[in-house]
Amino acid sequence: MPSLVARSWRSLSATGETEIVPQARLSGPMPWVIAIMVAMTVIALAAGLALRNTAQAAAAELEGGVTVQVMEADPDARNAQAQNALTVLRELPQVASVRLVPREEVDQLIEPWLGEAGGGESASIPVPALLDARIDGKVTADAIEGIRAAVAEAAPAARVDAQSSWLKPVFDAIVSLQWLAAALVVLLSVALTAAVLLAARSALGTNRDTIEIVHLLGGTDAQIARVFQRSIGVDAAGGGLVGFALAAVVILFLGRRFAGLGAGMVDGGALGVTDWLLLALVPIVSVLLAMATARVTVLHALRKML
Amino acid sequence: MSQNSDGEIVHFDNVGLRYGTDREVLSDLSFTLYPGSFYFLTGASGAGKTSLLKLLYLAQRPSRGMIRMFGSDAITLSRERLPALRRRIGVVFQDFRLVPHLSAFDNVALPLRVAGVTERELEKPVRDMLDWVGLADRMQARPATLSGGEQQRVAIARAVIGRPEMLVADEPTGNVDPDMAVKLLRLFEALNGLGTTVVVATHDVHLLKKVPDSLIMRLDKGRLSDPTGALRYPPRRMPAMAGQRA
Ligand SMILES: Nc1ncnc2c1ncn2[C@@H]1O[C@H](COP(=O)(O)OP(=O)(O)O)[C@@H](O)[C@H]1O
Ligand SMILES: [Mg+2]
Repeated sequence: MPSLVARSWRSLSATGETEIVPQARLSGPMPWVIAIMVAMTVIALAAGLALRNTAQAAAAELEGGVTVQVMEADPDARNAQAQNALTVLRELPQVASVRLVPREEVDQLIEPWLGEAGGGESASIPVPALLDARIDGKVTADAIEGIRAAVAEAAPAARVDAQSSWLKPVFDAIVSLQWLAAALVVLLSVALTAAVLLAARSALGTNRDTIEIVHLLGGTDAQIARVFQRSIGVDAAGGGLVGFALAAVVILFLGRRFAGLGAGMVDGGALGVTDWLLLALVPIVSVLLAMATARVTVLHALRKML
Repeated sequence: MSQNSDGEIVHFDNVGLRYGTDREVLSDLSFTLYPGSFYFLTGASGAGKTSLLKLLYLAQRPSRGMIRMFGSDAITLSRERLPALRRRIGVVFQDFRLVPHLSAFDNVALPLRVAGVTERELEKPVRDMLDWVGLADRMQARPATLSGGEQQRVAIARAVIGRPEMLVADEPTGNVDPDMAVKLLRLFEALNGLGTTVVVATHDVHLLKKVPDSLIMRLDKGRLSDPTGALRYPPRRMPAMAGQRA
């Protein structure tokens, strides 16, 4: 795989200058190790970015949202109180809009948790009536308190929450996952860096004799460094490209799977153009790192020679 | 001694070399090599021939003394200027030092590529040279698949391909049969005839007689003796010398 990429790369980058030592390749499994590390790093980074996007999208949607739940076991009383609360809320000046969430929708919402039997009118577990209100401006504690006071008399069983607080546990979970992803990205980057450094060094270690010969035949430090830098860069690019392609397939596949869930919140997790550019930086930085390592290592070895 | 750098290609003044903290392997070397001459460097194994050649092809700095090459002070010369000097010297290493993953062709082409010669320009000279040393049918062979003698011929082809001003060869006929040895000496002589200064280290005294006009430097336990007097009294037969004296 890397040799194919290398060949086409070389024909592209052949700028008339002849390569004095064309076969100074990363040995054996190293391009594959780099490919795997790049793939894992890109996937972890993609997960982190998707989680961030999800959190941001959800936050924007929930901004200004207030949920009123009527927690009453008796269905008649519950419906009556819900209607009362609806009337009161409609008259409040700060409430921009309000609607009673239809029974079927509530059933759908809780179905994943309680199963189909959980919902129905005759179910053993009473399900609260749900009102979805949107207010002007931010949902502050004062704003919630105001609404709570307003509906308290009409619907004593009502519980008023900011939607964001209702979703707080979900948010917390997303934030934790984000940290996890960030930590993974850091760890994998360290491992990738180590893999690249080791690969470049071992490639040069096995070519130490060649470096010395070219040196004694009058090759300049810059000339020798350039040869190794370029050929190791080509190998790292091969590994990076394969790794990135692998990761892209996984990311696109998972993205479709999540989109298939139809859960509105996850849609916001789709990766944008800037996210993909950020992901593309992983293999690019790996290549640059490999080349820089090769350069430093070669120059260091050459300094020890006369 | 002779401070004028005209008419000399290499000048050693009181040069000594020790590896690490060991005793000196070369001591009190003072001599001048003249352009266009053919030198044999003889001496028993361990006498210091390879060490002296390393000084000549700029792979090693002496521990003391002064070395002037091509008119430049080789001791104080900056690293950046050494490659240009090395390109004027062809080297046949005692252990060949072929690049293992390069074909015979690519090994011979190496000095030309280093010097920036284009592929089109180097193709024919490299083929001709390999043909001349009898390796026309082994051009694409890797060194590991070549016999010792074949490797040696590749090493020699690589050393002379760039028509260096000075050729330094360390036991260049050690692995070839007598016929090939003579043939290779003819190659060195031919190069010498074109003006290249040749220094061949050998412990094979029979070789010396094969090049009638050669000058002999003898190393004995790191010290140089001058059996023919050639090092003290500049020979007069060289065309390059004659030109410069005129
Ligand atoms: N790199 C080295 N480090 C330490 N000692 C060396 C090294 N190279 C050669 N020597 C010593 O220097 C002496 C001269 O060696 P060398 O120049 O190879 O002699 P020759 O080529 O005449 O056989 C020997 O005693 C050898 O052991
Ligand atoms: Mg020797």
